[in-house]
Amino acid sequence: MSHESTYEPKSAAAKWWDQRLPVPRMMHDQFVDFPTPRNLNYLWTFGGILTFCLVAQIVTGIVLAMHYQPSAAEAFDSVDRIRRDVNYGWLIQAMHASGASMFFIAVYIHIFRGLYYGSYRAPREILWILGVFILLAMMATAFMGYALPWGQMSFWGVTVITNLFSSLDQVIPGLGTAIVQWLWGGYSVSGTTLNRFFSLHYLLPFVIFGLVILHIWALHVAGQNNPTGIEIKTKSDSVPMFPYAVMKDAFALFVFVILFAWFVLFMPDYLGHADNFNVADPLVTPPHIVPEWYFLPFYAILRAIPDKLGGVIAMFASIAILAFIPWLDRSPVRSTKYRPIYKWFFWLFLISCLALGYLGAKPAEGVYVFWARIFTAYYFAHFLIVMPIVGSMETPSKMPGSITDAVLGKKGAAKSDSGGGGVPAGATASPEDR
Amino acid sequence: MSADVEDPQRRDILVVAATAFSAVGAASLIWPFVHQMNPDAGAQALASTEVDLSPIAEGQAITVMWRGKPVFIRNRTPEEVEAAKKVKVDELPDPVSRNENNPGTPATDANRTVEGQEKWLVMVGICTHLGCIPKGQALADSKGDFGGWFCPCHGSHYDTSGRIRKGPAPRNFDVPPYKFVSDTKILIG
Repeated sequence: MSHESTYEPKSAAAKWWDQRLPVPRMMHDQFVDFPTPRNLNYLWTFGGILTFCLVAQIVTGIVLAMHYQPSAAEAFDSVDRIRRDVNYGWLIQAMHASGASMFFIAVYIHIFRGLYYGSYRAPREILWILGVFILLAMMATAFMGYALPWGQMSFWGVTVITNLFSSLDQVIPGLGTAIVQWLWGGYSVSGTTLNRFFSLHYLLPFVIFGLVILHIWALHVAGQNNPTGIEIKTKSDSVPMFPYAVMKDAFALFVFVILFAWFVLFMPDYLGHADNFNVADPLVTPPHIVPEWYFLPFYAILRAIPDKLGGVIAMFASIAILAFIPWLDRSPVRSTKYRPIYKWFFWLFLISCLALGYLGAKPAEGVYVFWARIFTAYYFAHFLIVMPIVGSMETPSKMPGSITDAVLGKKGAAKSDSGGGGVPAGATASPEDR
Repeated sequence: MSADVEDPQRRDILVVAATAFSAVGAASLIWPFVHQMNPDAGAQALASTEVDLSPIAEGQAITVMWRGKPVFIRNRTPEEVEAAKKVKVDELPDPVSRNENNPGTPATDANRTVEGQEKWLVMVGICTHLGCIPKGQALADSKGDFGGWFCPCHGSHYDTSGRIRKGPAPRNFDVPPYKFVSDTKILIG
């Protein structure tokens, strides 16, 4: 959001610097004096929490890479050595392993916040799509990271997921097999596969870091959305980022870190799987292969479709479809707060995702398959049917005229306000009267 | 249009040629970076294994490694062979033999074994669904509804000829290229 720079270099050195590389000016304008909607709630603190998670994963990961051996013969033992022998290895390994789960908890809350308050709507489509790319990159990173301890779940998780590509044999015979062998670097998952996964697992977080910078850049062009979905119109609608938003973010981060520390210190292996404490054995498949909890909804979608290729397509489509929702949602308002009908569908969608997560952990048989199909159908119907149809039929409830009115309770000030330059136009112009 | 350019066409062809050459040059560099990930000559060289069948009694099965993959070898009982022969090909979910020694033939038991050695079933012991190792090699294992193999990951049942009968797997077990070098010895790969 462009606003006049209030940065004033105080010393001669700061002035000299400002004329050459005005990084302090940018930091001041974007992270100190940046206008933030005054009504942001705690759901808006997860952007900062996620930045923390990314940095924590990178720092602990770099340390672990100093002690880890990416070879089939030594990987399993080297992780054991990190946990037992390396000074504070028990702490750093637990931070990294639990940190992945914390990262996904935070990112899912962040995504559902965006879905509820319509943060994907114009003019924030690119911001949202960058977020979808970040999610994809996070999933790839987490998947490859889970391979590295080279336990039974690591090995068979990699086998099952890389074998998804073999379903392309149904399209062009031989194509799927060629891709899978290319990914493996052999005729089965082996140390060669482990080695390249380690290389990519180290690389991808920095790709995510770059995407995050673009994500924040796009955020600072459009400005933050807020619980009303109404743009900032006057100076009284916003507060400077520092100290208001920064303090709120800091408080939420501390609470989050307490949860994080509780997992790390008291139940470091709770979110892992017991089978992964057995070293990888290419001749024995564990009886029940489950992915990490954060992949369970997608795994349930994969297994809900009775056709191998169809299941793979549905699973990838369940993420790809997120990129299109800025155009699927036809409502004149952003925030679900003012959408009396869609509100119920939103909660139904959240329940579907949680149910798919539960079903993904269950064996793929009997009644579990039936319900996985029901919820998979709703997952897609929510985006493809509910969003366009409910969005164009529903009459939004009465909206406040501005963010200030929403906070201070003034009514009716909105009528004088025609347009506001915001898109979608209706978001600012009393849509309940249309 | 521009009088100051002496020969615009000559200039254009230089630009197009230079761009095209650098594009082709850059594109040809992609292949080494893609191909480095494929199985190398070392991995391919591990591609043949000799197995002595004499210690395997009737009704027993062994698992050997070939190209990092398990290969199931079962010395089938006459009843198992009989059961496999009785099945009609058009009742099978996958009607192709999947035998690299008889490519493209129908999935009869005869097409999945070697003539004169029908009791020996040799195949890659990897579920064709998502690559798990099915149960059925050890005597105590569950052999599924058709007396062959059963994959516990997603519930695929295979018969005594290693053909998919029930469950999500799309194909019969693959039969690797192999030949009998003597009556009791085979060479896989």
